[in-house]
Amino acid sequence: MAEFFQYALSGVTMGSIYAAVAVGFNLIYGTTGILNFAQGEFVMLGGMIAVSLAAFMPLPLAVAAAMLIVALCGGALEILFFRRLRSHSALHMIVITIGLSIVVREAALHVWDESVRSLPYFTGNECSSVHLAGAALSPQVFWVLGTVGLAVLVLHTFFRYSLAGKAMRACASNYEAAMLVGINTANVRTLAFSVSAGLGALAGCVISPIGMTQYDMGTDLAIKGFAAAILGGLGNPMAGVAGGLLVGLAESYSVKFLPAAYKDATAFAILLLVLFVRPHGLFGRRQGSAVREA
Amino acid sequence: MKRLLTTILAGITAAGMAMAADEKPAQEPIKIGAIFGVTGPAAFLGAPEAKTAEMLVDQLNAKGGLLGRKLQLVLKDSGGSPEKAVSFAKQLIEEDKVLAIIGPSTSGETMQIKPICENAKMILISCAAAEVIVNPLAKYVFKVPQKDSQAVTWIYNTMKAAGITKIGILSDNSGFGQAGKAQLEQLAKVQGMEIAADEVYDKAAKDLTDILTKVKARDVQAVVNWSIVPAQSIIPKNMKQIGLNVPLYQSHGFGNVKYVKAAGEAAEGIIFPSGRLLVAESLPADNPQKAVLMAYKHDYESRYKEDVSTFGGHAYDAVLVLTSAIQKAGSTDRDKVRDAIETLKGLPGTAGIFNFSPEDHNGLALDAFEMLTVKDGKFAEYKK
Repeated sequence: MAEFFQYALSGVTMGSIYAAVAVGFNLIYGTTGILNFAQGEFVMLGGMIAVSLAAFMPLPLAVAAAMLIVALCGGALEILFFRRLRSHSALHMIVITIGLSIVVREAALHVWDESVRSLPYFTGNECSSVHLAGAALSPQVFWVLGTVGLAVLVLHTFFRYSLAGKAMRACASNYEAAMLVGINTANVRTLAFSVSAGLGALAGCVISPIGMTQYDMGTDLAIKGFAAAILGGLGNPMAGVAGGLLVGLAESYSVKFLPAAYKDATAFAILLLVLFVRPHGLFGRRQGSAVREA
Repeated sequence: MKRLLTTILAGITAAGMAMAADEKPAQEPIKIGAIFGVTGPAAFLGAPEAKTAEMLVDQLNAKGGLLGRKLQLVLKDSGGSPEKAVSFAKQLIEEDKVLAIIGPSTSGETMQIKPICENAKMILISCAAAEVIVNPLAKYVFKVPQKDSQAVTWIYNTMKAAGITKIGILSDNSGFGQAGKAQLEQLAKVQGMEIAADEVYDKAAKDLTDILTKVKARDVQAVVNWSIVPAQSIIPKNMKQIGLNVPLYQSHGFGNVKYVKAAGEAAEGIIFPSGRLLVAESLPADNPQKAVLMAYKHDYESRYKEDVSTFGGHAYDAVLVLTSAIQKAGSTDRDKVRDAIETLKGLPGTAGIFNFSPEDHNGLALDAFEMLTVKDGKFAEYKK
């Protein structure tokens, strides 16, 4: 039983990072119809900037500043590229995001070089271990779960009750209608990019002590996060949370029964199975996820 | 305006060609190709290797070069990717027409270009560790790091002395990891070790608590990890965190103090086989390697302001072997240089004393290794 729980903890740790990426994917896809494959790069940038800033300021401030900077970068990307290129098809936009991810990755290589960095553990150090119901884990796991969980909750409240959040939901559900009732859809797009960049950066900071930060970590996370987004249901931010956690848990439990080398294969096999049964994902809407030509 | 520009450009080109033509007869540099994974997952290896090779070539040129000619390093960054290594190898052979290629940094890349170099009769001095590079033997392929079978032998001997017989093996899915895994499995039978868990993880893995949970459930007495990726620093942290408190042995791929720093306090007590570069200061003065090691350590650390690593040492050895052979052959004829490498004996390098022969393209014996451990964040000799 303790072992079972240990796998679960391991799964939700990585799962919550996938979830943060998946939520970012869905947020941008929902409001703009773009699949942003530079989502993993936001996670990398968050970690890298926080590591650099932590040398000059206390850790919480560095993390907050990193989130803010990356959120601004995300918004700037939208204003500089996607706002101008709106007349192009969604497919073009996707290719542009892939190009941007490569540019960001190479730029990071030049700014921070190739070595692996990490933030200090938020509590304790590398060897700290907390015992919980027979399982043992690093206190950082609580930070990951707590921070990502809180961020998702705040985001949920934001969508439900704030005017800007409602505007984003309106854009997601019917873009033309949202425009007709006077929502500034261009600004909503920028906001979507900023929020998902900030969320990615936060995930990059909390995972940094455990998984470390390197300039090329974004690609893998983008693929896993994308899988999580599809599994949950593309376009629905909160479904990304479920998708992320499921991918994480599938990976870690597969290790228990199969050789660890099949970890990724198992996760994707489950993804395929789910898609055969529910092509629109676990919580996706049947018709709402079609790619729009904006 | 356009015509003026064209005239000027033509003038510059002509002048440039004339200058090149002037220099050509006596001073054409000796071209040495190098393929290192300067960026990407193998950057821990490739970056110090590239820096070392550049430093050595600069040093030799400052002393007047070799055989009265300057050396020119044609450096390619493979990013640790075998596909890129293959295309760079072809480029170096066909376009740059280099005398020899040093590198690549990883075993996976080396194995991809081994047949290419052999067919093109191009000297390849690999900086990667896997035994398969020189066994089976290829006429034009050499390697300077110690063999992984020697590393495994050292690890198993040390374990037996500590009374350990039941172990868990972890390896990454790179060429180095898989070659090491094969050696660990093969020699376990010979040495009477019981492998209770044998797991492979992705080289980009961020968290390995799930795999270590599985290893923990098998009641192992020690864990051996074989990889060159950052996972070397993640595993010791994860082991402490989930309370898997058994000794951790790593491969000779752990020989970069950056890995120790990345693992922090969790790195304490890790045991691994390594050449003597990392403990150069504490060697007795009469050790034949001491002079080479101290000189390299001093030059590298004062030039790049970072600690030396075993991997940079491999590039040092590769350049050393090649330049010694050119000197010995007294020629830059590729076949004469190749023959000369096979006759190098008693050559002190950073990895050990090299004794090449037509049958041995590695030239290092078991005594090139020593067991090291991590003590107070630094490498120290392991004493039981």
